[in-house]
Amino acid sequence: MSHEVANLSDPGLPDHVHRLADSDPAAEKKAERAVAFLFILSALGTVLFIASYVYIPHNLFVFVPILGSTNAHQLFLGLGLTISMLCIGLGAVHWAKTLMPDNEIIAQRHEFRSPENERKEFVAAVKEGAAASGLGRRSIIKRTLGLSLGLVGISPLFLLRDLGPLPKEQLQTTSWKTGTRLVTDPGNRPIKPSDLEVGAVAQVLPQLTPGEERTLNNIGKDAVLLIRLRTEDFQLSPERLSWTHEGIIAFSKICSHMGCAVALYEQQTKHLLCPCHQSTFDVPRAAKVIFGPAARPLPQLAITVDSEGYLIASQPFTEPVGPSFWERSS
Amino acid sequence: MTAKEKALGNVANYVDERTGAAAWMKKNLNKVFPDHWSFMLGEVALYSFIILLLSGVFLTFWFDPSQREVLYQGDYQPLSGLKMSAAYASTLHISFDIRGGLLMRQIHHWAALLFMVAMVAHLMRVFFTGAFRKPREFNWIIGVGLVTLGIVEGFLGYSLPDDLLSGTGIRIAEAILQAIPVVGTYLAFFAFGGPFPGEVFIPRIFTVHVLLLPGIFLALITAHLMLVWYQKHTQYPGPGRTEKNVVGYPLMPIYMAKAGGFFFIVFGVIAFLSTVASINAIWLYGPYTPGQISAGSQPDWYMGWLDGLVRMAPPLETHAFGHTISWNILIPGLIVPGILFTGMALYPFIESWITGDKREHHLLDRPRNAPNRTALGAMSVTFILVTLFNGGNDIIATNFSLTINQIMWFSRIGIFVLPPIAFVITKRLCLSLQRADRDLVLHGTETGTLLRLPHGEFVEVHAPISQVDAWKLTQHEQIPALELSTEDSHGVRRGNALRNKLRSRMSQAASDQVAKPNETDLKELEGH
Repeated sequence: MSHEVANLSDPGLPDHVHRLADSDPAAEKKAERAVAFLFILSALGTVLFIASYVYIPHNLFVFVPILGSTNAHQLFLGLGLTISMLCIGLGAVHWAKTLMPDNEIIAQRHEFRSPENERKEFVAAVKEGAAASGLGRRSIIKRTLGLSLGLVGISPLFLLRDLGPLPKEQLQTTSWKTGTRLVTDPGNRPIKPSDLEVGAVAQVLPQLTPGEERTLNNIGKDAVLLIRLRTEDFQLSPERLSWTHEGIIAFSKICSHMGCAVALYEQQTKHLLCPCHQSTFDVPRAAKVIFGPAARPLPQLAITVDSEGYLIASQPFTEPVGPSFWERSS
Repeated sequence: MTAKEKALGNVANYVDERTGAAAWMKKNLNKVFPDHWSFMLGEVALYSFIILLLSGVFLTFWFDPSQREVLYQGDYQPLSGLKMSAAYASTLHISFDIRGGLLMRQIHHWAALLFMVAMVAHLMRVFFTGAFRKPREFNWIIGVGLVTLGIVEGFLGYSLPDDLLSGTGIRIAEAILQAIPVVGTYLAFFAFGGPFPGEVFIPRIFTVHVLLLPGIFLALITAHLMLVWYQKHTQYPGPGRTEKNVVGYPLMPIYMAKAGGFFFIVFGVIAFLSTVASINAIWLYGPYTPGQISAGSQPDWYMGWLDGLVRMAPPLETHAFGHTISWNILIPGLIVPGILFTGMALYPFIESWITGDKREHHLLDRPRNAPNRTALGAMSVTFILVTLFNGGNDIIATNFSLTINQIMWFSRIGIFVLPPIAFVITKRLCLSLQRADRDLVLHGTETGTLLRLPHGEFVEVHAPISQVDAWKLTQHEQIPALELSTEDSHGVRRGNALRNKLRSRMSQAASDQVAKPNETDLKELEGH
């Protein structure tokens, strides 16, 4: 090939440079002592480790500059372990570097490709074996074997079927029904519009009927955020405006992007921000997405008050809450 | 013969008569390994993995992988009397009541971070020095597999304590599953045993985290090391080092002491970090509930790039025929990572297709001598850094008084603009370095000695560099571009004309070089 120009010549492996410890007995002795010192230090580290384990109470806190208030038990246990491990390592490496022979050795490499005749023999052996099994001739055996192996391969998939139930409508629905009271979370108290001042935010859940227990699955779908604005701040369609009550607007707290809790409300700008991926929703415009990766506004829950003046849902959510999925129709 | 020698001899004899190990051991105890600091990166990964196994086993003795609801009544007062999962409560128990428990938890977490750091650094070393070339393509693919599994394993691991932060991560993982067209909802329901969060995912990911994935890791790492052993280690170029030999120190005793000692050093460093640097203080986050979240939610660093991609995705969803496709999740969450990792795994084959080089390589490249590859690597690193930067956009915004919007738009534009810029700059830098090497060989180093010539001109005296140095700078090959024709001998356009054209173009780019000096150049110069 054309690129094979006359290279400079390879000067070959340079001469071995002797270390001090190779020729000077004093230096050799010194290196030996250094290695032994490190190993002793390691032993002392282990002693510290054991002593800390036995004698320092596990809930004793001490003040250490920079670290602040620190658990003394864990601290000295850790320091002991650090010293014992590090010093064994340093000792061994120092030993190798100062006292063990440091002559470089040259070993030859061999091409991985097998010699031509062995390759030929291998191919012949494979062919012979295949011919002896008769797999090529006996096509009925080949096909039925393929069928049986294929079916065996599928069977584990069936065993995995009971990992979970079919989704059915579970992603489409929540516990909110017409007339469900809104209760505070935490606290489980029903709330009245007067409990919320303008600018205030509250997390609410649907009130449980007696005997019902709240699971994390419910919270994952039911969590709702109440925000009270001035009525004149809203820029909503007449229908959506009718879903609010005295300036209180309710949104699903589960992000329409990936399901995180949309928990950051900025009072000045009236924006809701999801801390996971920074999708930003504009509250006065029905949680329209104004920034970030979310593609849909947060579902709005229609609210009103019941005869006793407590806030209730005037109808269930009209769309699924949470992140998108294949069967979602809007 | 002393009594001790006799006893040892008896043992050796016993084993050898049953296994014939002596012959194999004799050969392999003298196995030669080349020396270089960058060869320790893979070792760090290996040792971190061993530390992960040791500390992980300790943690399983007390960890209760269950989402059963319990009332916490342990030592940590702020959470006392709170309802939480048994997984979270037992993690608190390990942290506050078990002696050395917190230290072991921190060692496990720090070792996991170091494991990923070391693997990525090792992967970059292998990439930039061309160590993945024939015959080591299998090991490259195993390595890419290990990094991929490492990300999954780490994610599952930090999700186990079931705290508020990790539960949020699981929520996001569920949303990615759910976003897969057609089967996503079913996959999510099967994985979580129903709607999110359900009560089975902790026990399930526990089994995957402590049994399934570690088993695969052990198998892959064993194969990885056996191949290194069998194929012999690559070496950096230098005098006396060729494609046909390997120059270095023997396993016994040098590397037994050095590598063995290095394991303890890695352990010591991790133990020190775990002692003084608090990590994943789950008691501050509280137990997981889907209705709450903490501001500044961040994944561990090796997930950060993925989170950054998701954050910068445009708000795109398709709604048609009663179905939804979430491009804002699919593109950053599955498609881009899929392309990245597939491309990485296939890179050795792509490069050898472009250069047409099908030979074995055991001498490493200096990155500057493969400008195109180095530039491609720099481009990929830049891509990941932009995503990682965006993954921390909320933290960066708070600390540097920027707005999230500024950072997000910077990343959205930067992800397209910065990687190509990095490519161009790196390639230029490589070529400049080649030019500097050439100058060094031809004109020597500056001595700082000024010489006044008879006619009054001042020149600096240059000293020729040593033969060893000159060899290091000129030993590499410069492969010319492939010349593939798009027409056959009759002038008719070939069927694969387009492919050939593309291949020639890429080959052209890959062979951009500053001609290295050769004997003729040097001789010519001596004449002056």
